[in-house]
Amino acid sequence: MAERVLMKGNEAIAEAAIRAGCRHYFGYPITPQTEIAAYMAKKMPKIGGVFLQAESEIASINMVYGAAAAGVRVMTSSSSPGVSLKAEGLSYIAGSDVPALVVNVQRGGPGLGGIQPSQSDYFQATKGGGHGDYRMIVLAPASVQEMASLTIKGFNLADKYLMTSMILADGTIGQMMEPISFEDAEIETYEKPWALTGTNCEREHNVVNSLYLKPDELEVKNFERYERYKIVEENEPMWEEYMMEDAEYCVVAFGIASRVAKNAVAAARAEGIKVGLIRPITLWPFPKKALLAAAEKVKSFICVELSMGQMIEDVKLYTQCKRPVSLCNRCGGMIPSPNEVLEAIRKAQKGEC
Amino acid sequence: MKTTQILIAGFGGQGILFAGKFLAYKGLLEEQQVSWLPSYGPEMRGGTANCNVILSDTPVGSPIITAPDVLIAMNLPSLQKYVDTVVPGGQIYVDSALIDEKVARTDVEVFYIPATQMAKDNGIATLANMIIVGHLLQNNPELSFEGTDTVVEKLVPPKKAALVELNKKALTLGKEYK
Repeated sequence: MAERVLMKGNEAIAEAAIRAGCRHYFGYPITPQTEIAAYMAKKMPKIGGVFLQAESEIASINMVYGAAAAGVRVMTSSSSPGVSLKAEGLSYIAGSDVPALVVNVQRGGPGLGGIQPSQSDYFQATKGGGHGDYRMIVLAPASVQEMASLTIKGFNLADKYLMTSMILADGTIGQMMEPISFEDAEIETYEKPWALTGTNCEREHNVVNSLYLKPDELEVKNFERYERYKIVEENEPMWEEYMMEDAEYCVVAFGIASRVAKNAVAAARAEGIKVGLIRPITLWPFPKKALLAAAEKVKSFICVELSMGQMIEDVKLYTQCKRPVSLCNRCGGMIPSPNEVLEAIRKAQKGEC
Repeated sequence: MKTTQILIAGFGGQGILFAGKFLAYKGLLEEQQVSWLPSYGPEMRGGTANCNVILSDTPVGSPIITAPDVLIAMNLPSLQKYVDTVVPGGQIYVDSALIDEKVARTDVEVFYIPATQMAKDNGIATLANMIIVGHLLQNNPELSFEGTDTVVEKLVPPKKAALVELNKKALTLGKEYK
């Protein structure tokens, strides 16, 4: 077994990115993700990579766009208000079909909000954020180990499907330390014949662009992109099921909320309540099939989120409203206690949701 | 199944996070499941700091501690804030050089250690944290004092090698405190 080391979630992302072959990092500091930039600042110069603290979030995402167009593995990281600033760039990157990795270590919002953990950027990450028809692959780590493994996965998927992969973490997972090993990292490499690498007078010019003034051409581009998204939706959903075999009630939670929910599920089981947990690991593509299958057998769902209820809309949508869905939530940087979640499970059992 | 939840709280600068890191690292080397969660943000700059350490032989669920088995309180506000959260039968470690108050609860074990004074008297003024950790490990055979030397050697960066012996001294002072 590879050696286990203690690392902060943010550092695990940075180390995993380097191991995945990322040599270009552009960012702008913001709590609670600054350790990512700090790690990159320390490491990149030693391995021939680029660490650049841009003048703003907007500048950094456009640097990512440029580097992605040149075909290199590139990333940026920020936290909620900073990701809002990057929205325009995210849309351009999607419109140009180039791969990039973007990390959002979420904090409370809206506005400048606070600096404590949150999951209230779910809509922004999964439904758009920037303008136009586009999707991002959204990965939601629930441990420091997953901060690393999903970062590597994110780079692989971005290159495979020519999309942005977003790591949607939160302040808790970013700041906490857990043991981690890097032994299983599978780094995939993809040819990038479209990249702007210089023609050497040996091939036609490549063009990376998101401007299509002829509406019929733009429509075709969008149709083609959504054909690709369909393949992602078919092949790439990831989720974890915990104690679902005989479950009569199903908690749905991702990231840090799923960690709290697991404690509550164990406590409810000890009381004899047959409850399980589905933890979406990809928020887009959402694990629709798992939720629909659960809806055939459980009596109701309890959605646990650090927001006013965002993922709950997808839970209702993809269970086709076959069963009641209740919300157990805190927001603004607050985190529900296992007891609060347990209480919500008890209520569900009594049919009070 | 054994899980120990340790909450360490005090002022920024007292080595709260390091004490937690030490315990987490010790657990790691002993092949336990561990998590370490710090408070972060403006309160770290001179205000109150705390960290949550969970040591377990099964995977750690929530890293957030709401009912600690062990509380280390290194200032009065921290003791007042967390004293009622400790589980019945749990342990509270109080730096009695900085905290005059006694714990009123009778359903917990309380250890008063004048750690900050002891540290000053022994020329290791910044290591009151490790004195308390030493005492905690001595009191809890399942956590065990054994192996602390290795952890200190792993955890203290080479640039600060001089601190290795001082940390060991602090741990021993805590271990031997009656």
